[in-house]
Amino acid sequence: MSPTRVSASENPLRDDRDRRLPRIAGPSGLVMFGVTGDLARKKLMPAIYDLFNRGLLPPGFSLVGYGRRDWSDADFAEQVRSSVSRYARTPFRAEVWEQLAEGLRFVQGNFDDDAAFDRLAEVLAELDTTRGIGGNYGFYLSIPPGAFPVVTKQLARSGLSRQDGDSWRRVVIEKPFGHDLESARELNEVVESVFPPDSVFRIDHYLGKETVQNLLALRFANQLWEPIWNAHYVDHVQITMAEDIGIGGRAGYYDGIGAARDVIQNHLLQLLALTAMEEPISFDAKDLRAEKEKVLSAVRVPIDLDSAAARGQYSKGYQGNEAVNGFLEEDGIAPDSITETFAALRLDIDTRRWAGVPFYLRAGKRLGRRVTEIAVVFKRAPFLPFDNTATGELGQNAIVIRVQPDEGVTIRFGSKVPGTAMEVRDVSMDMSYGESFTESSPEAYERLILDVLLGDPPLFPRHEEVELSWKILDPFTKHWESAGKQPEAYYPGQWGPASAHDMLSRDGRSWRVP
Amino acid sequence: MIVDLPNTTTNEISKRLVEARSESGAVAQGRVLTLILVTDESGSDDAIGTANDASREHPSRVLVIVRGSTDGDSRLDAQIRVGGDAGAAEVVVLRLFGELANHGSALVTPLLLPDAPVVVWWAGEPPADPVNERIGTMATRRIVDSSRAADPLAALTQLASVTAPGTTDLSWSRLTRWRALLAAALDQPPYEEVTSAVVRGAKDKPSVELMAAWLAYALECPVTIEHTDAGTGMVGVTLTRASGDISIVREDGTVATMTQPGQPVRRVALHRRTDVDCLIEELRRLEEDELFSDVLTKGMPRLTQGATV
Repeated sequence: MSPTRVSASENPLRDDRDRRLPRIAGPSGLVMFGVTGDLARKKLMPAIYDLFNRGLLPPGFSLVGYGRRDWSDADFAEQVRSSVSRYARTPFRAEVWEQLAEGLRFVQGNFDDDAAFDRLAEVLAELDTTRGIGGNYGFYLSIPPGAFPVVTKQLARSGLSRQDGDSWRRVVIEKPFGHDLESARELNEVVESVFPPDSVFRIDHYLGKETVQNLLALRFANQLWEPIWNAHYVDHVQITMAEDIGIGGRAGYYDGIGAARDVIQNHLLQLLALTAMEEPISFDAKDLRAEKEKVLSAVRVPIDLDSAAARGQYSKGYQGNEAVNGFLEEDGIAPDSITETFAALRLDIDTRRWAGVPFYLRAGKRLGRRVTEIAVVFKRAPFLPFDNTATGELGQNAIVIRVQPDEGVTIRFGSKVPGTAMEVRDVSMDMSYGESFTESSPEAYERLILDVLLGDPPLFPRHEEVELSWKILDPFTKHWESAGKQPEAYYPGQWGPASAHDMLSRDGRSWRVP
Repeated sequence: MIVDLPNTTTNEISKRLVEARSESGAVAQGRVLTLILVTDESGSDDAIGTANDASREHPSRVLVIVRGSTDGDSRLDAQIRVGGDAGAAEVVVLRLFGELANHGSALVTPLLLPDAPVVVWWAGEPPADPVNERIGTMATRRIVDSSRAADPLAALTQLASVTAPGTTDLSWSRLTRWRALLAAALDQPPYEEVTSAVVRGAKDKPSVELMAAWLAYALECPVTIEHTDAGTGMVGVTLTRASGDISIVREDGTVATMTQPGQPVRRVALHRRTDVDCLIEELRRLEEDELFSDVLTKGMPRLTQGATV
């Protein structure tokens, strides 16, 4: 009996039929810049603990914090522990925590501090020997994009970005990826001058991989939708991302950026691409990107930008039971700011599938409630063999893909009201992932971090997609800037300014109340 | 909400189930499977608790068949639990007495969810031939727990002789994290054949045999089992390669030590899996587990029994 062969591509303990084995990341460590930020505290650190607790991180996994605070390793560990015990999804286990804590380090320094980066390199070298992380490092830049150039330069200077032999170096950056086409290109040049494109992971946390995969499964695993997913049956598509909060403490970031750049460029256009794209030949990164890029290139921006878009700013008022400030009264916002907190656009897609089907996108703050959804609204039945009065309350059929909260799918269709009179009214059929599957599905960040460590990039947008999105949005933002008009005010807790509603009623349509 | 229905009929149960659901507001939406739980009176509470917890990830209708004494007259006592008393599940406990105790499958048929997969879980002593049990034929998945058998090793051998693709054993899901760690170790260089392996673990745990059988099947090398005292669970696995041994040792049931040539000794949290975790894993994959069948039928015969330590 001769033993089964083992090689880099053949692991006898992995069997294609074995669906139980999770993939555990290989030896690796993560360096986090911006450890004191909200995101790191509330999401990233708990996600790392949850992954560790679920046994998906390698033994010896190490997390290095880099920041200005004057912290020892123990102080840092204390920080991580408090955020983990408060925000982690899985139960806190002392023995798991001990293993994770052994691999926590903190390096104190500014982003332009040569000595501190040399110390970081020493710490990582030490972890290679004591924890066996094998020279595989991920760098998580949870920092403002303005600091990217200096940090990436430092990583290059200290030799940390250089990968040799089997080891890998990867960098994770968060949106915003620039604020227009030009700045996105500059940013990309900075990052890609140091890391090869395959090593750059652009993270869009709103659009977790789970959501994207749910959408792909819904569209491409079913026979039910595909025959009607086109201009013959679809009247129009509405993609909404509404937040019920204001800008909070993000004035510095938000002023001058606005709703269109903040979320439409990335989240909403990604959702549009996933809704409208053709079937990819496989779910490999390359094939999926090819389809998304194709459909984004086919997006046509309307000629009359004024009538096909709307902008708004929330005013003072009540959000639920809470008295809230208007945007112009928020701390740190100039009283004459023309930054929009609500934006709505109409886009068309020049393909046979979607010719004549407008895609309406809207995003805003201080709207009625927190919701992200894609509504595919169908044409009315061409002939209704009923009296007019019978179908007076019948709307258009719709398939609504609820992205968050309460992820799921709703179908709206007409049904007869019980009774002797013939009367047809809209009803909803709901499917909710939370009810049909798990109560506690992994946080988006858990999947994202694990994918980075596994080197599994399929759903991270590549730079080409980022550029295409800016090409779509730039005409709108340039037009608004040159016009210099004040966005129309809207009451908090409502669904945006009157112009947004006018924009749809001109086309004989209306926004759904999500 | 709990509804007791002493000396009742299946029709009555169906009717009261609908009422209980609408009264408690727990409208049966999105239940994805029916789990039939076969148990005896002594183990029923634990098993129902486990099924309720698992239902938080897999909302299900749980039909619990509690086999009482077969002496005396046939009688059916039922209890319906919905809402807060049943996790995300709705639970119907059927207590069977007399001749009826031998006909559990007839009772559950009208209570199955329409067009949803059926899973049977024998929480106690495994049946001799799960796939040919009358209740086993109704199910797409049959889960046994050979560690609950009076003689676990004999139960495993018996299971190997009647294995079918949809039959699995919780003793197998208990190994998943161990197996993942071992597989991950072989993902890394140096890429060398494993020439022999040793599995150490408690003599009362069929998981130890399954681990050895899996290694023997996948690696095609001699695998030795060293038994430790009952109650110690899985203790360790050593894979021998030309450059040295990879070993994972867990002495205390919570933290394991991982040793590899050229690497620092690493410790990794590896707590024993609860029945809830194992059941959740079983319910996640409702298709056949062909690998497990191969491990039983092809891996088991290769084992060489070592000395008890």
